[in-house]
Amino acid sequence: MESHIAITPEINIQEGYENLIDPKSGGICTFIGTVRDLNNEKEVSNLFFEAYEKMAILKLEELAQEAGSKWPLNKVVLIHAVGMKKITDPVVFVGASSAHRDAAFQASRYLIDRLKEVVPIWKKETYQDHSSWINAHP
Amino acid sequence: MKINAFGIAKDITGASQIEFPMEETFVKVKDLKSLLYQKYPDLINLPSLAISVNLFYASEETIVNKHDEVALIPPVSGG
Repeated sequence: MESHIAITPEINIQEGYENLIDPKSGGICTFIGTVRDLNNEKEVSNLFFEAYEKMAILKLEELAQEAGSKWPLNKVVLIHAVGMKKITDPVVFVGASSAHRDAAFQASRYLIDRLKEVVPIWKKETYQDHSSWINAHP
Repeated sequence: MKINAFGIAKDITGASQIEFPMEETFVKVKDLKSLLYQKYPDLINLPSLAISVNLFYASEETIVNKHDEVALIPPVSGG
């Protein structure tokens, strides 16, 4: 299995897709996470993402390998954005290609769920009047 | 010991990298956390605080060398 991992200021969706194309794959599944306008009914102005880049790359690589051992995947792409992001901007790109669609769907779901749990990346939301780190408060 | 801090932990410590005085060369993660909580009490209020050592999540019993790459990992929120 081949994996393509990146932490980048700008996510290139076309490039993410191209890194999943594979002659042995009959299915490519992708998930793109984007900035939405409301969180807990508060209006979001923008989001700022910070990563512990060296560790995040290592964890993403580990997740790709985990998915590759659970499902028969040919290619996996994991890209996360850092820096300031506006509403509708893509912030995460997850994709898997496999001979059949089932594995690609399941692996993509697994990858985004695990990424949110373990990869050292943090988002700070800025509202009209203040900003705060997400998940950081009891 | 140099300690990297991210997200809200960086706001609490006041810098992305702090120089944390350590007399001993080796310290257990749980003891390091106690020392950090003494100096930065606001860290106690976080829902969780993981410590990474040389880019891997450490357990409470992991032994840290003062020259290791250590980081404070508050609850992650990527994606």
